[in-house]
Amino acid sequence: MEHWLQAYELVVNPYVLLVMVCSAAFGLFVGAVPGLTATMATALLVPVTFFMDPIPAIAAIATCTAMAIFAGDIPGALLRIPGTPASAAYVDEAYTLTRKGQAERALGTGLICSMLGGLFGSIVLATSAPALAEFALNFSTFEFFWLACLGLTCAVIISSESRVKGLVSLFLGLFISTIGMGVVTGFPRFTFGITDLMGGVSFIPAMIGMFAISEVLRFAVRTKPMPKVEQKPFGSLFAGIKGTLGRYKFNLLRGSIIGTVIGILPGAGGDIAAWVSYATSKRFSKEPEKFGTGHVEGLVDCSSANNAALGGTWIPAMVFGIPGDSITAIVIGVLYMKDMNPGPTVFIERPHMVNAVFLAFFLANLMMLPLGFLAIRLSRQILRIAHAALMPTILMFCIVGSFAINNTTFDVIIMLVLGVFAYIMEENGFPIAPVILGIVLGVMVEDNFITSMIKSEGSFLAFFERPIAGVLGVATFLVWTVPLATTLRRRMKASRSTT
Amino acid sequence: MRFNDAVFGVIIVVFATAMMIFAETTFPGLPGQDYGPAFFPVGIGGGLFLCGVALIFQGIAKRKEAPLAQLGDWVVSPRHLINFVLVLGSLVFYVLASDFLGFIPTSLLILTVLMYRFGCRPLVAVGMAVAVTFVIHSAFYFALRVPLPWGLLQPVAW
Repeated sequence: MEHWLQAYELVVNPYVLLVMVCSAAFGLFVGAVPGLTATMATALLVPVTFFMDPIPAIAAIATCTAMAIFAGDIPGALLRIPGTPASAAYVDEAYTLTRKGQAERALGTGLICSMLGGLFGSIVLATSAPALAEFALNFSTFEFFWLACLGLTCAVIISSESRVKGLVSLFLGLFISTIGMGVVTGFPRFTFGITDLMGGVSFIPAMIGMFAISEVLRFAVRTKPMPKVEQKPFGSLFAGIKGTLGRYKFNLLRGSIIGTVIGILPGAGGDIAAWVSYATSKRFSKEPEKFGTGHVEGLVDCSSANNAALGGTWIPAMVFGIPGDSITAIVIGVLYMKDMNPGPTVFIERPHMVNAVFLAFFLANLMMLPLGFLAIRLSRQILRIAHAALMPTILMFCIVGSFAINNTTFDVIIMLVLGVFAYIMEENGFPIAPVILGIVLGVMVEDNFITSMIKSEGSFLAFFERPIAGVLGVATFLVWTVPLATTLRRRMKASRSTT
Repeated sequence: MRFNDAVFGVIIVVFATAMMIFAETTFPGLPGQDYGPAFFPVGIGGGLFLCGVALIFQGIAKRKEAPLAQLGDWVVSPRHLINFVLVLGSLVFYVLASDFLGFIPTSLLILTVLMYRFGCRPLVAVGMAVAVTFVIHSAFYFALRVPLPWGLLQPVAW
């Protein structure tokens, strides 16, 4: 209880609240502008949070992402362009509602369900993370090694259609993580005499490059013009919302649960949660034929799922230091910089800080109602803002943001190189999320592996000797081998049936 | 700009081989340890190598529907090609010129050119560039104390 009171003091003060409101406005704006993603919002926000205390910094990121994911619904419903990838699953449904003259119904339902889903995710985060942390206190380098491997495995499997391409992304991320002076080995690797690379590739400029510069490049070569919004005033946003929620309360709960669970899986966040819950909703609906014709049922599932996923992604991030998606990968980078290293010990040593993070999550989701309402009201103005002026502004912001971390122009070069790299990769179907996870987890995998090897005097069997480590190790192997074996068997069967 | 998977496969195989040879030959071992600084890079290189080979096979299998290189619409449109080069060029320009010119002139120049190029009217582009430069400079230089370079404006720095 005393920790919660301390946490309350940390969060509920004018400075933190002001930071949260500002980052909420920023998140709503970035989310609502097509082509700017929630991850990009986080990447752009981080250089500013770099100069704050840990709690306002984390509160800012949590608020900004929650808002951006909701705001992605706005251009989805009005223009049929998802504002963030998390809204992509249901843009058609929402846009059809708008065409039927029910834009307010689509957006109102989206807002309420986003908030409720977000609150559900926050509750699961606040209740399960401390319990998991207590369990994880017994973990040693062996368990953490396997957890990181399992996390990377999930990232590859979930994030891409082509497993080989996902793996390439992962290995490239791991390679980037080996650049610089190794922690255990203390030898400068792949630095080629460049002193700026001694400390490794700076994380934040790398993020900004991959998530923002690549987006600016994509805008520069965009050949299709942006569609225009119809200027028609909204009716009441929440008319009939009670009936909708009452009718689809089960969908709301199901969406929230699916969202949270998918969020917990490393490598998957709100976008995949929305796709899965839309499919589930259609599969189990009493009226599946209405899906795609402007039916609100799917919206309830998805809007709650993508916001619930947010809380879910923070669970492995805070307890194990394993990111649930690319946004939490950035968060983990920030936590390290703020000297609040994620892992079970932070729950014991600084419980008030952890509780403050949970509290910030609740507040952010509660704030969503009034601020989201405002954003919907202002949406037509937001969507009219010219990309011609916005994109160069973002570019300049990226430059200054990258420079600000170490005050060196070298970081701008890193941002530029990785931005072009990410652009080419995405154009050719290589996912970006595994690269980020590789960069964040690479150091953890290597350190835990080398330390474990020194402890066990070079015996690889030690990785399976402790019970939990053994289970995790076997699980990792199974995740890799089972799909491989089934594909092989299917191929063999197919070739036998053709001969 | 899309390339056949095999193109990436070849690049990755070459890169992975170079990386493994470099790590194996130049990174020292830890005394009394089998696992030194080269262990992970070589492992990663090995993984990349295998993926590269797999991509080459996939690319060859799909060579009918995926040509060696497929240029996007924008590459044949000079307007978009110039946009692409301008964005990259302005980043390179910033890296090369910001120390000498200073943040404010560099930013004004980049913003005006890009905004005009992307379709703002000339006066609007200049006006927006001034406003954005002023806001970013104040926020980062004064509020966050980031030492953005003054360059040519040093004598009149405020």
